[in-house]
Amino acid sequence: MAGFDRPEDKGKAHPDTAGNPAVRDEDLERRGRDLEAALAARRAADEAKVKVSAGSRDMVGFGQAMKLSSEFIAGVVVGAGIGWLIDQIAGTSPWGLIVFLLLGFCAGVLNVLRAAGKIAEPKQGVLGRKENE
Amino acid sequence: MANDPIHQFHISKLIPIEVGGIDLSFTNSSLFMVATVASAAAFLYFTTTSRSLVPGRAQSMAEMSYEFVANMLRDSAGTAGMRFFPLVFSLFMFVLFANMLGMFPYFFTVTSQIIVTFSLALVVIGTVVLYGFYKHGLKFLGLFVPSGVPGALVPLVVAIEVISFLSRPVSLSVRLFASMLAGHITLKVFAGFIVSLGALGPLGIATAVLPLLMTVALTGLEFLISFIQAYVFAILTCMYLNDAVHPNH
Repeated sequence: MAGFDRPEDKGKAHPDTAGNPAVRDEDLERRGRDLEAALAARRAADEAKVKVSAGSRDMVGFGQAMKLSSEFIAGVVVGAGIGWLIDQIAGTSPWGLIVFLLLGFCAGVLNVLRAAGKIAEPKQGVLGRKENE
Repeated sequence: MANDPIHQFHISKLIPIEVGGIDLSFTNSSLFMVATVASAAAFLYFTTTSRSLVPGRAQSMAEMSYEFVANMLRDSAGTAGMRFFPLVFSLFMFVLFANMLGMFPYFFTVTSQIIVTFSLALVVIGTVVLYGFYKHGLKFLGLFVPSGVPGALVPLVVAIEVISFLSRPVSLSVRLFASMLAGHITLKVFAGFIVSLGALGPLGIATAVLPLLMTVALTGLEFLISFIQAYVFAILTCMYLNDAVHPNH
């Protein structure tokens, strides 16, 4: 956008620059403000567009379903896998499998709730953001 | 069988190589991985050689993919996460090109093999763990201990958090693999219906229009899924890297 604006603005600014530097500064400032406003408007429009298309698309629902189910299944499978490994190593069959399958179930539910944004990552909002800035 | 929907995922050895009893053969899967890397590299190289100030169509595509990934990483992992940009960008381009190459008829889809997607996910999680310990030392383990949990519950919560963490590479890889596999099988099944219905005479050919329409629609859908899955893979990578950069839960 800046590329398009510059030539015509330059044409306007040129007669002024020779005699009056103050006008030129003002002009520059005005151009900067205009550009900022235009960019802000464009950004807001883009965001609105994204929101509308996200709401109307079935695809997003499908993606969401894939995401949530794989999160849950992964939790249960990994829990069961860890339990089975512990049984193999420590010979505590079948207790490791039972306990870790249940823990895996909890982890799966936790994954799903996190992926769905129902619970925030603990304390992320307070500490994590601050360090980011 | 020409109609076997699973046949397309069959791995065949092109150049058999065996080193010390380990099968290291160059398979059709390896060939398409090389093709993926080569086409992604060629795309980025040739579109950016001219480097004009006002980008042409090809150059602006390359720049768009760069900015897309850069914004994604900056939004989820902050500016400190930008050091991982090469990793995330490579992963995104690899998955995207592998998915897109898989859409060509008779081409092999690399990302429909779970071992490929699982290796990619392990690279991500390995990076998170190594960088987390390197940068934060043992404090990285604080990731597994949410604050404000009563003392008696800590062991239970830590066990659940650890399982939840370990399930990340699994869910990351299963998601990509499953959606590519399912999509290609569905496509093949519907395309197979056209052939078998077409063999039934005039009435069959008339009804074969329905699966044909379905196949056309599914092809479009598959292109969309190819992109979405590459995007999902990249954005989850960014979110996991965020844990390595800021493990202050």
